[in-house]
Amino acid sequence: MFGFDILFPSLLNGLTTGAVYALIALGLTLIYGVLHIINFAHGAALMVALYAVYLLKVNWGVDPYLALPIVVPGMFALGYVLQRAVINRASHGKDENILLVTLGLSIVLENLALIVFKSDTRTIETAYTLATVQIGPAFIAVPKLVAFAGALLCAGVLMAIVARTDLGRAIRAVAREKHGARLMGIDVDHVYAMSFGIGLACLGAAACFLLPTYYVNPQVGSGFVLVAFTIVVLGGMGSFAGALVGGLLIGVVESLGGLVLGESLGQIGIFGIFILVLLFRPQGLFGARA
Amino acid sequence: MHERLSQRSRDASGRSVALKDVATIVVFAVAVALLTAWLDSGVWLTFVMMTLYATLLAQAWNLLGGFGGQFSFGHALFFGTGAYVQAIAQMQGGFNPWLALVVAVAVAAGVGAVVGALTFRYGLKGSYFALVTLAFAEVFRILALSVGFTGGGVGLMLPLAESAGNMQFGSRKGYIALMLGLVVAALAVTAWLRRSRFGAQLQAVRDNEDAARAIGVDPWRTKLGAITLSGGFMGAAGAFYLQVFQYIDPAIAFGPQVSVEALVGAIVGGMGTLWGPLLGALVLHTLADLTRNLFGALPGINLVIYGAVLILIVMFLPRGIAGMLDRWKRS
Amino acid sequence: MSNRRTFIQQSAAAASALAFPLVGGAQPKAVKVGILHPVTGALAYSGAQCRAGALMAVEDINKSGIKALGGAKFEVVLGDAQSNPQAGAAEIEKMNEAGCAAVVGAYASSICLATTQAAAKHNLPHVVDVGVADQIVERGLKNTFRFGPGYRTCAQVAVNNLHVLNTLAGKPAKTVMIVHEESLFGTGTAGLLARELPGFGFEVKEVIKHANPTRDFNNIVLRMKAVNADIVIPANYYNEYVLLLRTMQQQQVRPKAIYSVLGGAASSYKFVKEFPEAADGIIDCNHWFNPKDKRSAALRKRTEAQDIFYSYEVFNTYTAVRLLADAVERAKSADRAAIIAALETSTFSDHFLPYGRTKFVNGQNQGAQPLMTQVVKNDIRVIVPSDYREVDPVFPLRS
Repeated sequence: MFGFDILFPSLLNGLTTGAVYALIALGLTLIYGVLHIINFAHGAALMVALYAVYLLKVNWGVDPYLALPIVVPGMFALGYVLQRAVINRASHGKDENILLVTLGLSIVLENLALIVFKSDTRTIETAYTLATVQIGPAFIAVPKLVAFAGALLCAGVLMAIVARTDLGRAIRAVAREKHGARLMGIDVDHVYAMSFGIGLACLGAAACFLLPTYYVNPQVGSGFVLVAFTIVVLGGMGSFAGALVGGLLIGVVESLGGLVLGESLGQIGIFGIFILVLLFRPQGLFGARA
Repeated sequence: MHERLSQRSRDASGRSVALKDVATIVVFAVAVALLTAWLDSGVWLTFVMMTLYATLLAQAWNLLGGFGGQFSFGHALFFGTGAYVQAIAQMQGGFNPWLALVVAVAVAAGVGAVVGALTFRYGLKGSYFALVTLAFAEVFRILALSVGFTGGGVGLMLPLAESAGNMQFGSRKGYIALMLGLVVAALAVTAWLRRSRFGAQLQAVRDNEDAARAIGVDPWRTKLGAITLSGGFMGAAGAFYLQVFQYIDPAIAFGPQVSVEALVGAIVGGMGTLWGPLLGALVLHTLADLTRNLFGALPGINLVIYGAVLILIVMFLPRGIAGMLDRWKRS
Repeated sequence: MSNRRTFIQQSAAAASALAFPLVGGAQPKAVKVGILHPVTGALAYSGAQCRAGALMAVEDINKSGIKALGGAKFEVVLGDAQSNPQAGAAEIEKMNEAGCAAVVGAYASSICLATTQAAAKHNLPHVVDVGVADQIVERGLKNTFRFGPGYRTCAQVAVNNLHVLNTLAGKPAKTVMIVHEESLFGTGTAGLLARELPGFGFEVKEVIKHANPTRDFNNIVLRMKAVNADIVIPANYYNEYVLLLRTMQQQQVRPKAIYSVLGGAASSYKFVKEFPEAADGIIDCNHWFNPKDKRSAALRKRTEAQDIFYSYEVFNTYTAVRLLADAVERAKSADRAAIIAALETSTFSDHFLPYGRTKFVNGQNQGAQPLMTQVVKNDIRVIVPSDYREVDPVFPLRS
């Protein structure tokens, strides 16, 4: 039905789109893995990061990739403060309350953006926005290839942080057994805030890689939230390798599913996988059995 | 073991407490009916109607989430099912809307049963369960977009034909009466859950599933019962929505708005309580309307305030409004 | 002595003002008009544009007020439909209670369905400014009046004109691919097109439906390459339109014509300014103004002075409010039933849209029509029909 010259580009498209999804999911999986919260505000945070990248480019001419060292730490700081000052304090540790707090946060962030930036959709122009690279019969946009590399890099950095640093050890301890970790002298609140901060920092990176081929408006984050959740579940909550592989896999499923079933119905592939994974392998591809 | 549980609900003090519930529900129903009869303003009648509607959403969620401890993020699944069945039964099946309502509730409850059977069989709980319900809602949304008899992306528009027999009321009061009936039914079921053996079993499963299993409760069947009830009420809310606004499309039916409204009302009001959903719905609806009316001029400000107040409510009332009232009563 | 005289003088003046309220300094009672749009949520951009158009119209009307009512001004009651039908319906109740004589709104078809119905219960006249779904004016609601065209008209005009353009160019185009968004407006429009096009000899090779939002159009563009239809017809909202066109540009997919029907960005100055290369040559069948009428250029300047783009939402809603003012003028009253009667018999022609004299049949303005525009030299020009033509069409874009 579809020749190689359609399937192959579709596959590559899926991989590159999936890489961006993976970047978004990396942060979400860390936040879930450590704090055990489903962060409803993840989409809104992505939107904030996208606006930051946009403003840097439009007001100061900073190229999105060069904005990485500004946006990533900035988002980290935002995440740390939000978790420490708002989420932690408001939720009293109860799951259902954390949910509502992140939900409230997402409403606040989205509408603050609406007030400040109005609802216009904004895009940026860069020298490489339309540049493509030919791989076989496929023309792949350069920003998407960069995003792919970026996702691999981020996943690698995160895995290194968690595996090799003291912070990483503390994170792993808290994720596994919060009370035990506290008894051992680990400042759990600080670790929580650091984790949330790193989670949002990933969104900062995602935004830098995404904006060249996408756009930003106050509602832009909501389109990515469900996909991100699916990937976190598929990959295994708390696993970076899982988020990366899961993201790429979902990207490919979305792409090929769209080809076969039509773009609209093809989205079902994503959720079908979601449900099947939850039913038959809830720990995901890389997660540890609880 | 079972006897001990049922004894608890049958001893003397239990019975007077159950009567108290019945009495308060009756008082509530009469009060709302009187208020409705007395009100004349379209704005206030709409407010009462939409608050009751939000209450039903929260009540349905509360059955499964508050009492059953299973948080659903995709309750719109049952809402949308109810709405579409209500529409399709009338428009393509020629059913009378009152009969269609029964069918809608039954089908929505059935969907609840199927989803529950599947997910609980595989032991999904906590966040996993929450996310799977979200996924199911999305799947139904996408299917509704793609299938012919749901009208696809165009949605379904109920033809205008005002009459009580057609469940299309000229005045909001008719709709309020209908919704009040549904809310009272949900209150009755909630009150029953608080005092019955089934309810006790459900709460035991919620608090500690393994311990419950150890004393002979079947968690799967208990949770299944809860999700079926929850789904049924949610389906009624969906059917109601269709009758009031006479238009449904996949985004409205299965989208996140309804799912969020259901869980927010229940949690803010106080989970696992009888009056929590009403309190939560009332407070949130008032907040939304107030902010929209006071700050409507600059788009977005009203929602920023709404979101901030939501966070503050959660910050200062961690057990919800009902929880706070409970503490006041005791202190 | 002087006190008493002053007192008598003052009382006399006051008495005469009370007796003759329209004479002297007393202000006539303002006419309240509800302006209802989704200014928050997913449709916030379009809603805000509509509101801007409405407010400029009210400004113009209030320069002299409604003469038949002694210069009574329009008093605006703003409403936010929050991008969903329930909020829209609730705002109608508020406007009803605030004593609005009429309502103009609510941009989106699904919201309009709910608001016109809610307004009908109070016999509140409701002018629909955009809302293209035909169901809005096909329910027999006496209070509903749509000034602009619905999607059936737009689809028919589009198909007829495509046939004409194609024939004039020697029939270079035979195959069509439709790309539409999945909700009410996209699905409805695509359905009509797919049904009508074969009758004119076009083969509809593929109809692709996509989500709102769609994050990536590479697959759809791949299909486009594979199908290689002569003409691509997009019917979607601004964001997706932009992504689609950019992706096509990136993948170097250039069909013989990009022929939009109610294209989200095709006749948008914002799009043309931000993506001149992608936009070049695109034809759109959409709401547009009469380019030969200077008043439109004046309104455009005013709009751009507020730092917003002059889009169809602006001039559609602007004119809808002017239509209402004309009806109030002819009704000589702010009474709802009188305004409805005045709208029913309206012959409003003092506007710069290409509709000629207004004539409502069952709430639809019979003269309403979309225009065909093309992006030429970084500007949007009317190509069809000939009475409004500014430039000759370039069709096909490439042979």
